[in-house]
Amino acid sequence: MDRAQIGLLLRISDEDNVYVLLRNMAAGTVLQLGEQETAYETGLELGHKIAARDIAAGEKIIKYGAPIGSATRDIRAGEHVHVHNIKSDYLPTYTLDPITD
Amino acid sequence: MAAKAEFPGYLRQDGRKGIRNTILVVYLVECAHHVAREIVYPYRKQGVHLIGFSGCYPNQYAFDMMARLCTHPNTGGALLVSLGCESFDRRGLAETIAGSGRPVETLVIQEKGGTLSTVEQGQAWLGETLAGLEESTPLVTMAVDELVVGAICGGSDATSGITANPAIGRCFDLLVENSARAIFEEGGELIGCERIMAERAVTPELGEEILATMEKTAHYYTTMGHGSFAVGNADGGLSTVEEKSMGAYAKSGSSPISGLIKPGDVPPSGGLYLLDIVPDGGARFGFPNINDNAEIAELIACGAHMTLFSTGRGSVVGSAISPVIKVCANPDTFRRMAGDMDVDAGRILEGRATLDEVGEEIFSQVLAVAGGAPTKSESLGHQEFVLTYKSFEPIGPACLPV
Repeated sequence: MDRAQIGLLLRISDEDNVYVLLRNMAAGTVLQLGEQETAYETGLELGHKIAARDIAAGEKIIKYGAPIGSATRDIRAGEHVHVHNIKSDYLPTYTLDPITD
Repeated sequence: MAAKAEFPGYLRQDGRKGIRNTILVVYLVECAHHVAREIVYPYRKQGVHLIGFSGCYPNQYAFDMMARLCTHPNTGGALLVSLGCESFDRRGLAETIAGSGRPVETLVIQEKGGTLSTVEQGQAWLGETLAGLEESTPLVTMAVDELVVGAICGGSDATSGITANPAIGRCFDLLVENSARAIFEEGGELIGCERIMAERAVTPELGEEILATMEKTAHYYTTMGHGSFAVGNADGGLSTVEEKSMGAYAKSGSSPISGLIKPGDVPPSGGLYLLDIVPDGGARFGFPNINDNAEIAELIACGAHMTLFSTGRGSVVGSAISPVIKVCANPDTFRRMAGDMDVDAGRILEGRATLDEVGEEIFSQVLAVAGGAPTKSESLGHQEFVLTYKSFEPIGPACLPV
């Protein structure tokens, strides 16, 4: 991780493949993770997730050392990870409505 | 981090030890609330707390909760205030309290000549009881492995799951390491974590019980039409229901789960316990817990000497009977409401402390509060209390394997 990013990104558990933003990130920020540079045209608020490494479509998203969903497409290191590229794996088997595909 | 700390404890007849010696004034129906509050008022800063049950119709859960709270190790005695015609079994409760070796008195407003004379008699009883209380309660040495500590979160925001909850989890690991009993509670906010929780159970049978409980929970919340994941959560950076649940779940730390209990069940030995707060028998009485204090009261009924409360937006509540340690997740909230917060977990966000450091700080606070240091909400006089209608079936043998 780049020196400037220390204090910005938190990996909660060692197994996590996402970081959490520790503070609001201004528009125009360029994140460098490994070889990968990601420019953010719009800002992101604290609490949002950033891919810590490349994540393939279908791969589990790990936060708190636990799966919190799966990638719906390939995600590059440094990319914003949110509802646009991950989905819940939680099959709501416990809801009263049966799941239909 | 092994803690050799010892602190004074009030020894009760059942062998349990308390960290406070509080006298409870208990109204047994809303109609007796004002009289009970008037009795307490001059004594409110002298270790006298007001609790009560508003309902007029009988409820076994409410009775059992009251019995547990009035014989809690932090409770030194109780004054019951009854209107007279409500259904609450005041004789049964008074017998239970007397049987525990604690001073107890019942005042029935309809028999004592109304408001003024009941207030007068109640205050006279309080004056006498307080005067002899310290002398009549044996003070002994108490250690960490005799502590019961609960955890909840309320007024959460995007920071709760990053700072305060995992830091409380670290503290819970330290407590369990030191053979204390740590309880985290389960409501709808843990939906999505059931498999992970079940895998942490000390036996497969307990894991099955946890899954069954979560199924009950999901049914209950679906019936109530109360989803756990809201649009505001996504704005705060949470993408899925299991992510949100994991944030709340982080309070539990990483110890194995030793048991599944229900309100009023006291954990039998050191370890981590999951408290099931969702009623059995379907959604009959409305929301499982109408607010944070209803949950705190249930943790206390399970013997909690104190409760760790994680808040991001800034809750100010405390509790009757057992002190509340406020762990503030958000550094801006802490700066704004420092007078209400015990621990500034938001330092983690600003690179001023690590999760482990804050976890150890919470653990030190637990020991200090056990030793008599007042928490912020305690010294501000917060003594919130709520008890509502519920029903529970007893837990099965698989729920407490050790």
